[in-house]
Amino acid sequence: MIWNEEVECMADEDKRKLQLKRLQDVVKRAYENVPYYRKRFDETGISPEDIKTLKDIEKIPYTTKTDLRGAYPFGMFAVPRKEIVEVHTSSGTTGKPTVSGYTRGDLEIWSECMARGLTMAGVTDEDVIQNTHGYGLFTGGFGVHYGAQKIGATVIPISTGQSRRQMEIMRDFGTTFLVVTPSYGLYLAEEFMDDGMDLKDLKLKAIGFGAEGWTQEMREKLEEKFNAPAYNIYGLTEVMGPGVGIECAEQDGLHIFEDHFYPEIIDPQTLETLPDGEKGELVITTLTRKGMPLLRFRTKDITTLRRGKCKCGRTLVKMDRVTGRSDDMLKIRGVSIFPSQIEKALFKIDGLEPHYQIIVTRPEQLDELEIQVEASQELFSDEVKELVGITRKIEERVHSEIGLRVNVTLVEPRSLPRSEGKAVRVIDKRDL
Amino acid sequence: MSMIKQLSIFLENKKGRMWKALDVLEKAEINIRALSLADTSDFGILRLVVPEPDRAREVLEENGFLVKVGEVIAVGITDKPGGLNKILKILNKSGINLEYLYAFVEQNKNRAIVVLHPENIDAGLEALKNGNADVLSEEEVYSI
Repeated sequence: MIWNEEVECMADEDKRKLQLKRLQDVVKRAYENVPYYRKRFDETGISPEDIKTLKDIEKIPYTTKTDLRGAYPFGMFAVPRKEIVEVHTSSGTTGKPTVSGYTRGDLEIWSECMARGLTMAGVTDEDVIQNTHGYGLFTGGFGVHYGAQKIGATVIPISTGQSRRQMEIMRDFGTTFLVVTPSYGLYLAEEFMDDGMDLKDLKLKAIGFGAEGWTQEMREKLEEKFNAPAYNIYGLTEVMGPGVGIECAEQDGLHIFEDHFYPEIIDPQTLETLPDGEKGELVITTLTRKGMPLLRFRTKDITTLRRGKCKCGRTLVKMDRVTGRSDDMLKIRGVSIFPSQIEKALFKIDGLEPHYQIIVTRPEQLDELEIQVEASQELFSDEVKELVGITRKIEERVHSEIGLRVNVTLVEPRSLPRSEGKAVRVIDKRDL
Repeated sequence: MSMIKQLSIFLENKKGRMWKALDVLEKAEINIRALSLADTSDFGILRLVVPEPDRAREVLEENGFLVKVGEVIAVGITDKPGGLNKILKILNKSGINLEYLYAFVEQNKNRAIVVLHPENIDAGLEALKNGNADVLSEEEVYSI
């Protein structure tokens, strides 16, 4: 099923025409209504008229999270505050939160994008959606809600937490589509099974997951535990919220809704634009947003863009799974690694539960990487030498994946903190 | 068959974990017949022989412990110099390798008990029986 065939399957040439028209419009609006953009344009010596082709977007300076913080709270709004009908903020875990403002029209676009995405994952007006994303300043809850309402599905706005209640409702209300963060999904599965519930008895048809990093192995665990396919939903508060890109049934990349968002990939070090197919940081320009247009916003998410018609019929560009963040990249003994690489290696070990923590220390001059992994019934053995052998094996797997020696420690089951939101995987104790 | 059940509990090298495991058993009124702790710098394995191994496992698991129930051999020896030596001699003669053993002395009796875990437990048991070792049954061990 395709929600909006006209734009989702648009011919490339038509799409580019539409994008250019919208880009010129958004640049003009940003320049005229947002003091921050006017200042940046004037400083750089460019004007909205300089945007004659899509390629000209490269002349525009980047917008970063720091810029948004500088404009806190409403400095990035391009319309009078009274036209803003809703605000959200980022979690503020990395500093002062950034504010995102929406006009009524922006909310309509958000609903449209999420409706397209949920339709990709198979949701129809027959479905019952259990939305465990938090409702509040976080965009996750509302974004999914708007899309589901647009489709006409039945939404259970349960938010995160109360796993027993989640279970009862899932069973009693006949939930067919579950929305979770991957770590919360796995946590719920564990809780449900502890309570003796057979997850195969659920009516679950599919799962939508997002809001944190994940690996293919994590997706497979989620799918295996709930016995349903799981589709990734991508988005970020600054740009809109969930629904910037969503996976189709192919489960091979997320389609970005290019009529509303213009994606680019840049090298986070040199800041140069990279060609399609190369891995780098995703940069997004909102093409239609009225309340808070963003030009070339640096998402910090590392991914690749791929073009070409998808087997699902859509012509929308696809981004790969986000493999890391340009700011959570760890520099260990000078080597750049992403926590996701470690996770990938860990999940290749049979019997290993998806609960781990990476601890970085610098006891003397050299960085040390310790990975704590929960022992499981499958991994545990009565023999010391076998247990030591297992930790060695894990150490070797991680070593071959990231090229660095690490220390693996087995810890007791359930001893690592479980998250009900974004999982804390890395603890950096270095005094850098 | 005369093997006895042994519980192996995974312990993180962290303050209070062993106490917590034993506390769980105390609350469940499970008396420990024999105990040994194998440890490395990162973790330990607490090995226990208890009268009700399955119930002990259940209560431990309910309290979040990682437990395995395995089999070991218990042998009675005379509590005087050379007692254990006899047993090791039998095993050595039959080419049986030991993974580990631990021993304890019985109260009010001139007997000590050795808990053995040979690499090949069936072969070990056979060798001990053929060597006329005093292999104890589960009932004998639990009633100590």
